Amino acid sequence: MSMHTLSVLVEDKPGVLARIAGLFSRRGFNIESLAVGPTEHVDVSRMTIVVNVESTPLEQVTKQLNKLVEVIKIVELDRDTSVTRELMLVKIAATPETRGQVLDTVQLFRAKVIDVASEALTVQIVGNRDKLGDFLRVVEPFGVRELVQSGMVAIGRGQRSISERSLRPVAPTRAV
Amino acid sequence: MTQQSTTTTSGTITGAQSLIRSLEAAGTEHVFGIPGGAILPAYDPMMDSSMRHILVRHEQGAGHAAQGYAAASGRVGVCMATSGPGATNLVTPLADAHMDSVPLVAITGQVGASMIGTDAFQEADIRGITMPITKHNFLVTDPAEIPRAVAQAFHIASTGRPGPVLVDVAKSALTAQTTFTWPTDLGLPGYRPVTRPHAKQVREAARLILESRKPVLYVGGGTIRSNASAELLRLAEMTGIPVVTTLMALGAFPDSHPQHLGMPGMHGTVAAVAGLQKADLLITLGARFDDRVTGNLDSFAPGAKVIHADIDPAEIGKNRHADVPIVGDVREVLADLIVLLQAEADQGTTGDYEGWVDFLAGVKKTYPLGYDVPADGALSPQYVIERLGAIAGPDTIYTSGVGQHQMWAAHFVKYEKPRTWLNSGGLGTMGYSVPAAMGAKVACPDSTVWAIDGDGCFQMTNQELATCAINDIPIKVAIINNESLGMVRQWQTLFYEERYSNTDLHSKRVPDFVKLAEAYGCVGLACERPEDVDATIEKAMGINDMPVVVDFRVFRDAMVWPMVAAGTSNDDIKHARDLAPEFDEDELT
Repeated sequence: MSMHTLSVLVEDKPGVLARIAGLFSRRGFNIESLAVGPTEHVDVSRMTIVVNVESTPLEQVTKQLNKLVEVIKIVELDRDTSVTRELMLVKIAATPETRGQVLDTVQLFRAKVIDVASEALTVQIVGNRDKLGDFLRVVEPFGVRELVQSGMVAIGRGQRSISERSLRPVAPTRAV
Repeated sequence: MTQQSTTTTSGTITGAQSLIRSLEAAGTEHVFGIPGGAILPAYDPMMDSSMRHILVRHEQGAGHAAQGYAAASGRVGVCMATSGPGATNLVTPLADAHMDSVPLVAITGQVGASMIGTDAFQEADIRGITMPITKHNFLVTDPAEIPRAVAQAFHIASTGRPGPVLVDVAKSALTAQTTFTWPTDLGLPGYRPVTRPHAKQVREAARLILESRKPVLYVGGGTIRSNASAELLRLAEMTGIPVVTTLMALGAFPDSHPQHLGMPGMHGTVAAVAGLQKADLLITLGARFDDRVTGNLDSFAPGAKVIHADIDPAEIGKNRHADVPIVGDVREVLADLIVLLQAEADQGTTGDYEGWVDFLAGVKKTYPLGYDVPADGALSPQYVIERLGAIAGPDTIYTSGVGQHQMWAAHFVKYEKPRTWLNSGGLGTMGYSVPAAMGAKVACPDSTVWAIDGDGCFQMTNQELATCAINDIPIKVAIINNESLGMVRQWQTLFYEERYSNTDLHSKRVPDFVKLAEAYGCVGLACERPEDVDATIEKAMGINDMPVVVDFRVFRDAMVWPMVAAGTSNDDIKHARDLAPEFDEDELT
């Protein structure tokens, strides 16, 4: 099994997330991570879906996704030619004795303190999966009180856009 | 035809009027349905419509009728139901149409937009429920969106790989004022079915066909959906390649044709199963390597390369690797192959299949379809169906339910033309037969339509006999009454030591099918002796002004053969109980 990152352009319609999530569970594919948001085009949303499958089932995943009427385009983003980021917010226990060490770690990872309380610091960190994992390992001994993490978003390197040439209209036909 | 007057309206109309105009603009002539609270507004303008609405007795009947209508004619079948239970009763036909690629548009009423999500009376999230079993579906709450949703629904249902589309319309949208404009641009940026095959792939397929020594045309239901029978016949005859037609493809190629090996699969003919198992090339046309065809997938056609042509890219490589994948409409693929292979033939290059064809002809001759006649003179079900096929002939449209009678109908009626055999192949829906026959008869009023049904299946949807009797839809029903759930009973005989748990229906005692038919305003006939079969069928054939139901009271221990036990290899086919065919493979080089 290996991780694959799919960028899926979809029409921004109610129910489209349910269609995609339903398809994955129905066909027995596991979603590792999912992020949904708007794009440079009004009416088009982009989903970044990370799946852990062999390459043959991956082909089935993309073919089945492509059959969904509201899916406009699917691109698999290659690890080497794309940039991936996740966002994590962590509430780390910080007593007067450990606070300094926690802040040092935050600085080392170029993370950011976004809330301060008497016994804890809430830290925001952005990066790829490895960086987030490394950060967690280092702060774990201080005590992680709460953690929330976004799905991964990914974008191809270079100047091309994946939405180019994908929004063609379809002429109507009559039922005969 | 889209009339000028239906393209736009001046002034405002109700959403309900807009819905009816949209259905008319999409070309709808017949609607099968039942009104109810949420869809009620649409039934008022329905009274003034050019469309004929057929009031069924159960929404499942409406759905299967629309399927039969579509499968017999190739046009989009339309059914209509109210919210909640009306809509959920459509779930089985929608799932059935999804599995068997039937173009269907289902219109359902939904509770008012402000009530959605409140567990209102007769509320069900039918869009959510039907997401996995429709090609696409819509929830319309804005009346201005009605024409576009209907236009998109018909377009999606009828193009690419056909399938069911549901349009759920909130009652508030039906009662609101709106204007009607039939869309000129459908949008649908994500829906672009590919019908033209890639020339390079077709060339590669032609090369494999010429190189192979043991090819088989593995023909599926997509060949019928794409109206490719003439092209298939042409290709088969110009190459001499043997043909198998799956359960969904019966009639795509004439059963009487010498190149026809029969139906493959769990209850396929020995020749068709052997043909696939020993082939070196499968030319797969609109078929999907269903488990009922392949048996154990790992041992299916082990020596064969695969050319797989299908309009749905997701079918290619789903179950079996394709050496030459071709995405496209089967008819266009065949047309292109004919051109290429004809050009090769003109140059003197043709395939050499002589040994293979001889071998299969031998298998076909050695292991023909057959059945044992009960010694005590009881009526055998296969005989009834064989005689029905012979007397009603190849122009009749046959529908069936699911189980033993379906397999016998597949084997012993002889199909010569596409769209004359309608059944529930993928989902295996008992109860399909009677309503599907009703829909087929509405679509093709000049054709004789016989529903070949089991006594179990018949009792699931026979209420539509009332619809047929009242609406002048004179179908004919042959109940193959073995007073049991016969296929399940057969498995209990073979695999459960004859412990017949809950398969005895007592249908020779209750109900009295003749009286039931008469109660429904149909002619009821019964037959239990072989010598009365022909006269009974002929009597039924002579009644064309009302529906006829014949109770054929048959021998209950008849079994369907050949058979490949579930999960085993097709190599282990038995052509009769405990009898495996032997192949003289010396002939094969």
